[in-house]
Amino acid sequence: MITLADLNTPHKITWCPGCGNFGILSAVKGALVELGLEREQIVVVSGIGCHGKISDYVNVNTFHGIHGRVLPIATGIKLANPDLTVVGFSGDADCYDEGWDHFCHALRRNIDVTLIVHNNMILGLTTGQTTATSQTGFKTKSTPFGSISAPLNPIAHALISNGTFVARGFAGDPKHLQNLIMEALKHRGFNYIDVFQPCVTFNYLNTYEWFRQRVYKLEESGHDFTDRQKALEKSFEWGDRIPIGIFYKEERPTYRDNLPHLKGMPLTRMPIQDVDITPLIDSLR
Amino acid sequence: MKVNDFSFLIGGEAGAGISRSGSLFAKACMRSGLHIFGTNDYQSLIRGGHNFYVVRISDQDIYSQADRVDLLIALNAETALLHKDELVSGGGIIYDKDDVALSPEVLGRQDLKLYPVPMKKIVVDELKEPHNLIMKNTVALGTTIATTDFDLAMLEEILKETFKPEVAESNVRAARLGYDYAKQNFQSDFEYRLVKTEDAGKRRIFLSGNEAVGLGAVKAGCKFFAGYPMTPTTGLLHFMTANERNCNMIAMQPEGEIAAINMVAGASFAGARALTATSGGGFCLMSEGLGMAGMTETPVVIMVGQRPGPSTGLPTYSAQGDLRFVVHASQGEFPRVVIAPGDIEECFYETIRAFNWAEKYQLPVILLTDKYVVESEMSVEPFNVNRVKIERGSMMTGPYKAEQEYGRYENTETGVSPRASPSTEGAIVHANSDEHDEHGYTSEDPNVTTMMMDKRMRKLSTLIKEFEERNVETIKFYGSEEAQATIIAWGSTKGPIREAIKLLGQEGIAVNYLQILYLHPFPKSKVEKALEKAEKTIVVENNKTSQLASLIRDHCLRRVDHKILKYDGRPFNPSYLAEKIKEVLNE
Repeated sequence: MITLADLNTPHKITWCPGCGNFGILSAVKGALVELGLEREQIVVVSGIGCHGKISDYVNVNTFHGIHGRVLPIATGIKLANPDLTVVGFSGDADCYDEGWDHFCHALRRNIDVTLIVHNNMILGLTTGQTTATSQTGFKTKSTPFGSISAPLNPIAHALISNGTFVARGFAGDPKHLQNLIMEALKHRGFNYIDVFQPCVTFNYLNTYEWFRQRVYKLEESGHDFTDRQKALEKSFEWGDRIPIGIFYKEERPTYRDNLPHLKGMPLTRMPIQDVDITPLIDSLR
Repeated sequence: MKVNDFSFLIGGEAGAGISRSGSLFAKACMRSGLHIFGTNDYQSLIRGGHNFYVVRISDQDIYSQADRVDLLIALNAETALLHKDELVSGGGIIYDKDDVALSPEVLGRQDLKLYPVPMKKIVVDELKEPHNLIMKNTVALGTTIATTDFDLAMLEEILKETFKPEVAESNVRAARLGYDYAKQNFQSDFEYRLVKTEDAGKRRIFLSGNEAVGLGAVKAGCKFFAGYPMTPTTGLLHFMTANERNCNMIAMQPEGEIAAINMVAGASFAGARALTATSGGGFCLMSEGLGMAGMTETPVVIMVGQRPGPSTGLPTYSAQGDLRFVVHASQGEFPRVVIAPGDIEECFYETIRAFNWAEKYQLPVILLTDKYVVESEMSVEPFNVNRVKIERGSMMTGPYKAEQEYGRYENTETGVSPRASPSTEGAIVHANSDEHDEHGYTSEDPNVTTMMMDKRMRKLSTLIKEFEERNVETIKFYGSEEAQATIIAWGSTKGPIREAIKLLGQEGIAVNYLQILYLHPFPKSKVEKALEKAEKTIVVENNKTSQLASLIRDHCLRRVDHKILKYDGRPFNPSYLAEKIKEVLNE
């Protein structure tokens, strides 16, 4: 059994004081400890951006990849070894800008990994530019006159791309977030959590206070997360009241479940020393 | 009478099953003990246009297509008119007389044998399959067997094995009708004959380069394949997906090449042997992932099948324009291996080796092929499946037991670190695309940066040492040492070069040939040594800027004397190449 201390690394944390990422980090660690997973069993995959540094801060197996490619890397790992618990961390720019195509396809394939998107609606590590979830009119260094595009609605997209676990959390409520992560890790399928993660340095608009005034919990409002239509309606709720919690959840065979010949066996455990290719050779005669 | 030295061209509209028919006939010949080389020429469209497949058949070893056509099977009028001038004197044309009326006047040639067969009529009236005009091909194959006096039973056997029973039955009837029609209506005056040899029944296989790479991958224990369709490597995707279940692996088509390379890196990080395949355009998209594999020291194998660029270029033709691109692709400096198989056997063996190098040295390996080598088909002796052993290098098979914490990037003398995978008991693996310390934690320290760059690049020196110690065939030399000139080339030009050398030999001109199989790390000392005695050096390449010549200049500080370059999308024909070599020798 691991403890919280086991998950610490010697690496110095370089997020800004008060960054929403701290809430996510503590929620994740809490969930891993609570679920009693072994460190060797877990793989964290992260992309590029402030969020990506999480690989240096959790002492489990990690793969710190390149911008936008968390999901294909995580997919490869999980398909090769389904015994591993694979958790992807991505940012709004990493997932919804650079890696958008992978997001839709991981959803429809129902790859059995968990994806946590640190959504601060801005690019932090490059010192403040617009992203796919920046609000219209939002002024950043790359949109000095205000963003003139409408923001994406990733929750709605996840729902229409046949997502099987679609949720939203808030880094300002790590306890609630930890529960969401635990629910996600217990669910078989593509488990997606978008997390409001205030950027205290560059996002002057979507602050802790801004979110606190708006967010409310779906589970406290009688939402039925087995109803995709209702979930879709909820996903459009934005403004004075913004829902967090599980929007939708269902059981559907994962990509690997649909490969019966593998019988759940990791590719990594299949012997490769003496593969017999005689039948293949004979078929070419 | 010419026995067992025959070249035919079957052509028609795209969608008419041209290459299928060509290879069926080729297989029948192979089982009769003959050697076969088949290559296709088609355009980037699904219906219409002009496709053809050329098959060369011989009782001698052959390495490429011939540059003459002895028999033209024209499934439409266009084929007859387009290719009539490639026919040898005394050659024949099988065609549908209801398609086109051919005569010495129309053809402008008096020296051809005409075999008009009412193919369409036979399919409609006698086979009663008016909606299945593709059967015309099989009728034509029957006629071909009759004119060459070959054995119809062999084709029948192949048809029965290839198709479902009811489809096979119609095809056998179609072949028989074409055969009988020819026997009844034409004199037995065709000069080219095919006869079973004593090698008949010998176990040979007929396959494409794509299939050879696929077989090599399966033999190497590749368990994960991700590839997005792109000519000319789509055939490998099809081979892997078709065998996904019987070979106990995952073979999938992801959303694009970026996903493919990253999935492959993920699967390999987890500990599975993994492969992707693409062409130049897709490889552009993979470049960032390639660098990530280099930085994270994740073994990946990428098969790149070249076609003419830039950009979309000629999607279904062949080229060698991406050599310098794959050698340098992606930002920064990292070790990689680039191998260019020159024929179907090398496609098989080098694929297995590629997986070994990738894992032993924890780096990306690129198999650089092209349309000509991966889509051409050849009869070969069945592969020796024991020639290349599986070597996984420092990969851990049991738990990690050392006292100190496992460091994924431990700085070693060889540059190669002990490799644990995420499920290795006792080891926590941190892979990182940021510069990192020995444990994989991000580091921007100047000393660490220098140390890690040195460590990664040292793997290449270790690899070169292994090449030398084990005498790995990074180059191959053909012909006698004494020669008027030495041809230097890489990749698929191998077949036509070996044929051209034969042709020149018949004229008493001695030319030898240095094939550079490993382009990176460049086998500098071997190339230097091989060129020491060269009278004259001639680089032969399918590109515009002679990229191999520039690599030789870079590494060996030596200019080559001559270049023979062709960049029209089509492979060299042996006699064209022989002529060009003679021109150079006469300069």
